[in-house]
This record gives sequence, structure tokens and C-alpha cells, in this order.
Amino acid sequence: MYTFSNRLKIGSFILMAVGLLCLGVGFVSAPSTVEEAKAIVASHDDGHGDPHAADQTHGVADDHGAAATHDEGHDASHDEHLLHQLQNRPWSALYVAAFFFMMIALGALAFYAIQRAAQAGWSPLLFRVMEGITAYLVPGGIIVFVILVLSVLHMNHLFVWMDSDVVAHDKLLQGKAGFLDPTFFLVRAAIFLGGWILYREYSRKFSLAQDEASDNSNFVKNFRISAAFLVFYLITESMMSWDWIMSVDPHWFSTLFGWYLFASMIVSAITVIAMVTIYLKSKGYLEDVNDSHIHDLAKYMFGFSIFWTYLWFSQFMLIWYANIPEEVTYFVTRIEDYNLPFFGMVAMNFVFPVLLLMNSDYKRINWFVIMTGIVILAGHYMDIFNMIMPATVGDQWYIGIPEIGGILFFAGLFIFWVFRALTTAPLQPKRNPFIEESRHFHY
Amino acid sequence: MASKVIQAFYNDDDVLMHAVKKVKAAKHHIEEVYCPFPVHGLDKAMGLAPTRIAITSFMYGCLGLIVAIVMMNYIMISDWPQDIGGKPSFTYLQNMPAFVPIMFELTVFFAAHLMVITFYLRSKLWPFKKAENPDVRTTDDHFIMEIEVHGNEAALKELLQDTGAVEINISEKSSH
Repeated sequence: MYTFSNRLKIGSFILMAVGLLCLGVGFVSAPSTVEEAKAIVASHDDGHGDPHAADQTHGVADDHGAAATHDEGHDASHDEHLLHQLQNRPWSALYVAAFFFMMIALGALAFYAIQRAAQAGWSPLLFRVMEGITAYLVPGGIIVFVILVLSVLHMNHLFVWMDSDVVAHDKLLQGKAGFLDPTFFLVRAAIFLGGWILYREYSRKFSLAQDEASDNSNFVKNFRISAAFLVFYLITESMMSWDWIMSVDPHWFSTLFGWYLFASMIVSAITVIAMVTIYLKSKGYLEDVNDSHIHDLAKYMFGFSIFWTYLWFSQFMLIWYANIPEEVTYFVTRIEDYNLPFFGMVAMNFVFPVLLLMNSDYKRINWFVIMTGIVILAGHYMDIFNMIMPATVGDQWYIGIPEIGGILFFAGLFIFWVFRALTTAPLQPKRNPFIEESRHFHY
Repeated sequence: MASKVIQAFYNDDDVLMHAVKKVKAAKHHIEEVYCPFPVHGLDKAMGLAPTRIAITSFMYGCLGLIVAIVMMNYIMISDWPQDIGGKPSFTYLQNMPAFVPIMFELTVFFAAHLMVITFYLRSKLWPFKKAENPDVRTTDDHFIMEIEVHGNEAALKELLQDTGAVEINISEKSSH
């Protein structure tokens, strides 16, 4: 049995407290009037350049803003738009971090279900680690859901299509109103989360029951529900990506967006599985996990990093080549206003893992995997950041107090929840039929 | 120069693996093992040096990448610039995204093909080459371990018999 070390527990509480404080500062310092917003921008305007240049590029909300086309109303509407962007910033910081950590748990759940459905022989030793990580799906998913409910209640302007004023002046959004409907949106979110959490809880139950059982019936049940879950996940993950992420830019769409998000999700999840495994091993647990298991996880990190790049580039190149205005604005915004995070993330998510993990020996060096993993996780946080921020805060982005606060708070909560879940069951499954194979796994 | 070798036949890869480990432990030099299919971990058990083909593969990949860049720069930028979809073709960098698939494909193409050719050259395999395996059964269901004999025939025979060999032959072999 694993015991949650006090140092780690206190560390996670400190992370949560500092994060909460930073988030609070972010919310308190957000402007509440147009004048305050203008003062904030004026105080560091030289750093951000001409606000009107940005107006043309990140104008999703602006294009269909109430008075966007009237010249006399333009300045006032622009100022109000600026106010909304600045008010959105702490919300976006909260949402990006909440989604990022929820996504890690969800990706781990998908990876776990694949291992179950494939009846993989190498991984059963890591099942308890994966189950520990997926435990975070319950609080993480609920927090994301609460943020979505608050968006529907107009506490923030993350999803511009939820504003009926905006929809009234926008032909395209009227056409999508059947799907992008606040109530239907929340119903869908509840079904997605409900389904994922249901599978997670049942699979965990069968996994623990298998340890005490005298036959393999729980193992077989787990195999069946995992296969069913993967079908459900394939559909819901894609729809979730349209709902929770793509709809912040409601005019824009990409048909491979679900896959693109999945790539980010699975590579972050496998990275976290590898990191938690290495941490537990360094503390003397998981004696039977050897370097070959780490090697395999690192291979997945390497492979899925390339897969992510493939999808990132596929999405970019088709839109770049076709150059259709309503599609290409998405990348124009990112390249003009988000140049460093947009291309920096390609370096972190592609160049780094490819160069560091290419050599087969390096995949077996644990600290090397950890260092690469940190870069990959930071890179995929930037990926989610680049998905949400351009639509919600436009060129008013900054990695400042609220963003770092969001990361710290959810990292603390994630660590606390995952390691607490790890203490509730023995770290090594006893009666998994493949446990011997996993124990002797070598490359 | 002809040398005397002892050939031990096995009909199971697990038995073979154990035999290889035993023979190594007894400090005999295994000349060669002939298998009908690759046996996982055999190279390590025999104490062969790790392969360097991955390094050549990386270099071939880099070569392919460079060839792709030079080729596309010549074709599409310097020799005959073409306006495709209004994309700027004044410099390579401006049009680079369009060339990424070609850069990727040629990297893979060069790495894969040149690696295979290197492997054939290094293993001295070429068309119409006469097979080197001492017994046709190694292409079917038997494994052969070959050990050079230096006057210790009887001891070796006994050792190999112990490891589960199904047949043991002594043969003269002209060195190649």
C-alpha cells in the first residue's frame, strides 16, 4: 500500500493555496468599467502596439458585435469589447488550466481503456497508476462543468454564441443555433462527463474485485465495458472538443479538431503516467516495474508527439493553402498576436521530444523522461492556451498572475487527488491474468 | 584454411536461448546461430555488439531532408517559380509549408531505403548469392548453433547434448 507522503501533501496544499490566491488577484484586478479597461491598456500600450490592428484580426466577437458596422458606434463598441476581453482573462486562465488537468485524466482513461480492450500484457503493472490518475476526472470534470454552467449564466463571455444579442445580429450563428443552444450544450456536457465517470467507476470496481476473485469474470467484464467505452469516447471526445473548445470561435471550424485535441490529450496523459510511475518507483514502490515499462511509455510519448505535430500541421497547411477568409482568420490571429506561444509550442511539443527521445537508450533514463515530460506538459498547456485565449482575450493575453495561478491551483488539486486515490488500493494488481507477463516484460 | 566446427541442431527457440546462455557461460565462442525466424533477445545472449544501423538511418534521414529542400528550392523557387493558389514563391521560406509533405516523405524514403541497402551490404547479401546456411532445415523448423572446435570435441559434444540439442554434427568448413 502506498502512503501519501506528508511533504507531497503539504506541497499540494501550498500549490492550491498560492494558486487560489493568484486566481483571486486576477479576478479582483479585472476591470469592471470601460474606463478602467482603457487605463489598464494605456499603462502598457507600448508593449502591445496599436489596439486597432488587433481589432481586425481577433474580431470574432467584434465582427458580430452589436454595433460593429456603424462607424459612430465603433469606438464605443471597441472599448466595450476591450473591457470584455480583460474581464475574460481570469476566467480564461481558470478555464484553460481546469480543462488541461481534466484532459490529462480523460486521456489516461482512454489509454487505460485501450490497454484493457487490447488485453495488453505489458501494462497491468501500471493499471493502478492509471486508475489513480483517472480518479481526478470526477473533481476535474465537475469543475469544468461548473465553469460551463457559469458561462451559460452569463457570468463571463467565454462563449460568445451564448449571448443572444450577438446571435441576433449574426446570420452564421443563427444557422448554428440549433446545436449551439445553451441548454442542449449543458445536457451534452452532462452526458459526456456522466458516461466517462460511469465507466471510470465501474472499471475501477471490477479491477479491485478481480484481485479478490477466484475466476476471471471481472477481468472479462472490464474488457467488455472498456471496448464499449472506447466507442462512446471516440464520439463524445470529438463532440466535446467542438463544444468546449472549438465553439469559442463559433464561426470557425476544423473537421479534424477532435483528433487534434485527442493527440494533445493522450500525449499529456501518457507523460503524466510515466512521471507518476517514475516518482513512485523512486520512492521504492512498484518494484516490479522495470526500465522496459518506462521505455514503452517514452516510446508512446515520442510517437504521440509526432502524431500531434502531424495533426497540427495538417490542420494548418490545408487552411493556409486554401486561404479562405473565414478559415484563415484563425491562424492569422495566432501568428500575429500569439507568435511566440504558437510557434514556441511546436518547438516544445515536436522538436524537443523528437530530439531528446529519439535515442532508444535515452528512453530508459528516468530523469531524462521526466525532463522531457515537463517540456511536453508545458507545451500542451500552451496548446490549450492557444486554442482558447485568442477568441476570449484576443491580444490582451499574457502569462501572468491569473494564468500561473490557474496552473498552480489545478496542479495542486491534481496531485492531491491522484496520490490520495493511489493510497486506497495496493499498487500492484494481484490476480490480473496478465500480471506475470507484465512482470517479465522486457525489450 | 579449413576449420573444424561442431553444429548443434535445436527445434525450439526457447531451448536454443537456454543453450546459448549455457554455452556462453561455459566460455565457448559461438561462431554463428542460424534461425528460420528472428529470435527475440538472441543477439544479447550471444554477446553481439549492438547494431549501429539506427545511426546510419538517422544520417540517411538528414540526407533525405537536405535533398528535399535543395530539390524543391531548385524546382519551385529558382528554376521555374510557379504561382499555385496565389502562394508567394519568391523565397523558399515563404512557400515552405507547401514543401513540408515532400520534406517528410523524402526523409522517410531515404532513411528506409538506404537503411535496407546498408543492411544488405553489411550482411553481404546480394542477388544470386549462394546461401551460407549449412543445412536447409534452418529455413524450415530447425536452429543450428555453430561452435569452432579446438581439440575439445568430446567435451563440447557432451555440453551440447546436455543443452537439449536434437542432432550434433562435426563438419569441415572452409572459411569465407
